[in-house]
Amino acid sequence: MALHRRDILAGAAALTAAAITGNARAQVAAARSGGILTVAADTEPRNLNPAMVASNGVFYVASKVIEPLAEMIDGGDGLAPRLATRWEGSSDGRTVTFTLRDGVSWHDGKPFTSADVDFSAMRLWKPLQNLGRTVFKNLEAVDTPDARTAVFRFSVPTPFQLVRNALPGLASVVPKHLYDVGDIATNPANTRLVGTGPFRFAEHRPGEFYRLEKNPAYWEAGRPYLDQIIYRVLPDRGAIAAALEANQIQLAAFSAVPLADMERLAKVPGIAVIPQGYDGITYQLTVEINHRRKELADARVRRAIAHAIDRKFVVDTIFLGYAKPSNGPVPAFDKQFHRTDLPDSGFDRRRAEALLDEAGLPRGGNGMRFSVRLLPAPWFEQTRQFGDYLRQALRAVGIDAQIANNDPAAHLKAVYTDHAFDLAIGSLVYRNDPAISTTILYESGLPAGVPFSNQYGYASPAMDGLVRRAASAVDPAERTALYRDMQMLAATDLPLIHVAEFTFLTVARRSVMNVANNPRWATSHWADTWLSA
Amino acid sequence: MTRVLRLLALRGLSAIPTLLIVACGAFLLLEFAAGDAVDAYLAQTGGDAGFAAELRRSLGLGGTFAERLAGFLVSLATIDLGQSVVFARPVASVIAERLPNTLLLMASTTLFAAGFGLGLGMLAGRHPNSFADHGISTAALVLLAIPNFWLGLLLVVGLAVSWPLFPVAGIRSLIGTGGLVGALLDLLHHLVLPTLALGAGYIALYLRTLRAGMVEAWQSDHVRAARARGLSEASVLRRGVVRPALLPSLVVAGQNIGTLVGGSVVVETLFAIPGMGRLAFEAVTGRDTALLVGVVMSATLLVLVINLVVDLAMAWLDPRLGAVDG
Repeated sequence: MALHRRDILAGAAALTAAAITGNARAQVAAARSGGILTVAADTEPRNLNPAMVASNGVFYVASKVIEPLAEMIDGGDGLAPRLATRWEGSSDGRTVTFTLRDGVSWHDGKPFTSADVDFSAMRLWKPLQNLGRTVFKNLEAVDTPDARTAVFRFSVPTPFQLVRNALPGLASVVPKHLYDVGDIATNPANTRLVGTGPFRFAEHRPGEFYRLEKNPAYWEAGRPYLDQIIYRVLPDRGAIAAALEANQIQLAAFSAVPLADMERLAKVPGIAVIPQGYDGITYQLTVEINHRRKELADARVRRAIAHAIDRKFVVDTIFLGYAKPSNGPVPAFDKQFHRTDLPDSGFDRRRAEALLDEAGLPRGGNGMRFSVRLLPAPWFEQTRQFGDYLRQALRAVGIDAQIANNDPAAHLKAVYTDHAFDLAIGSLVYRNDPAISTTILYESGLPAGVPFSNQYGYASPAMDGLVRRAASAVDPAERTALYRDMQMLAATDLPLIHVAEFTFLTVARRSVMNVANNPRWATSHWADTWLSA
Repeated sequence: MTRVLRLLALRGLSAIPTLLIVACGAFLLLEFAAGDAVDAYLAQTGGDAGFAAELRRSLGLGGTFAERLAGFLVSLATIDLGQSVVFARPVASVIAERLPNTLLLMASTTLFAAGFGLGLGMLAGRHPNSFADHGISTAALVLLAIPNFWLGLLLVVGLAVSWPLFPVAGIRSLIGTGGLVGALLDLLHHLVLPTLALGAGYIALYLRTLRAGMVEAWQSDHVRAARARGLSEASVLRRGVVRPALLPSLVVAGQNIGTLVGGSVVVETLFAIPGMGRLAFEAVTGRDTALLVGVVMSATLLVLVINLVVDLAMAWLDPRLGAVDG
């Protein structure tokens, strides 16, 4: 077996991860081929095409079938080649040239060429994809001088740094020959996936399972190891824990098992709780603030709210330690942009009360200064629990918070369309570059109805200027510096308050090998995952 | 025979307004709920304003309330269940997939609950206020009081994890077990725990109804007369006490099956059975009006049919019923 550079890199990354975390589960040693891996799934997306819907629920299944141009890895420059083997940006930010992998074919046997990349980018990522519509909005054309080369041409300078950071999540390639007939949105291949990946889509029995089977013609010799992956739809979290214990499933990703059960499960022989493998999809527990409310438009009041929150308590009690306190828009994992010197709004009730007094909001007859509507998002049990915590924390400094719980559709409409809230609790996602889904939380002038964006009524010319300049900053050093300034402004202005950053946990049988060996593991290829006897 | 025909005609006619009211109720419920199908969808993916607008247009959610109402009434009039937004497939095909699972669970639960309930009820009602009666009745009350999700979890922990006799979840094995007989056995194997969890509470209902009927029958004139004629105690029990007491149990059965048709969200979720209860839940959280209307209407239709069957059975067992001219 030839030794590839990738293997060495992946091996090194795995060893580093193992050394750092003491987690011996990332293995390089003799992998065994064969076996069926059964994992838990809790959603069945209506559209499973990752080139159109870039979301974790889709990637969890689809990333094994349809591949991106590059995938994230720990260490190195952070990217490993998948369908592209080289990528290079021009200094003026107008073009990015991709060299594509040779000898790759689609699951139906047709060859993979630059025409597929052109088609995916121009017809899916740019016009149809939830995230690509922003990142690739200035993509003018993709030139294909030969079958192995795709040149992206942008109408305005677009930072290569951003394009690079977007490759793992936003650049999944689908076959042109199946999509260029008829309406893309209703193409049957959106649910019966055809890709180049290590696994072929075999079967979906709605409400029961997805079944993927080994692609014997995969471009990477000897991979994948597994014969099949079966995603069992298990909507009840208690049932997922039971199925793991009974070894009827071998793995549950995305913290599908309740945190409260983790401690018990970790003690079951043969089961491991693995916190690694999600850094590339970090969630941020955030207090979203409606600046239209005059009390909350005052930065001192927002600062007071930040001081009223005991982040350590939140991390230890609500997340049972599986999270980190946070005070800015970029998570600590992203060494590229993260700033460590942001002003600390630590837990200090006296300071909070002083700020509120200073803002002209004294305690009234009932001991309260003013009251707010608090809408905890239903996305996670932790967002709801933090709602209960925040209500008590605010009460302690004289702010009376009334909680209103909604289901997903109602919450989305109340916060991002109707602005019918004062404080909301969200779990925003940081996607490897501030320009993908983070700056949109700060820039002003967005129309109502854009979910997970600045629907907060926050408008700061300084902030808008930074975001705008960074959007076209071609020089990576300049761009990084602008985003560092932006973090400082966000931490002093506090348009929204970051409380904690959290990733997910994977619970797996110890027989599953090479789990969590890259920062987007659950949403990556699993070509090197194997089952020990 | 005219009795039966009249019953059928009457029920057929009264079914139409019932179905209309139920369908309109489901439509209005989701119309007045905050957020629409696009909001529910974007909650999973995010997306810019143009994206949301395009989705709304392609799903036909753009118009005013009046326009949506008109569209809804047209689809009702043409008996077209339409497309499900959540599943991106015709509603009829989604329901056709889920309904058999719910019917299976409904049938097994009813058989289990009626079998045990009536059997125990007979034991309890045989000698009212005896030691056995009190024991059985108390046990039944306990069963009635246990929430089915808790019982379900307990059964899973006990009989699927600690002592792995049954599968944790699902309606059939992922990898097919050969042959029709194998598939049937596999299905029954999977149905045991959900049936126990869902049926336990219903045992008490059957038991109590039969027992109450028997207690009443023991005091009736015809039992006294039968005894006076010197009939054996066994035959008095069988013909004079159990038989009349079974009629109300049949009514209870009809009502219970009715509530089971809608599916049990809790038990279906816990045991990962893709049935109608979970489907209704998914339709509501996804703000999928067409799907919810379809689910509610098919469940209603089934309830009506089952009630009709029960009524026919009653009419057959008890000639006094529905016999205006006889």
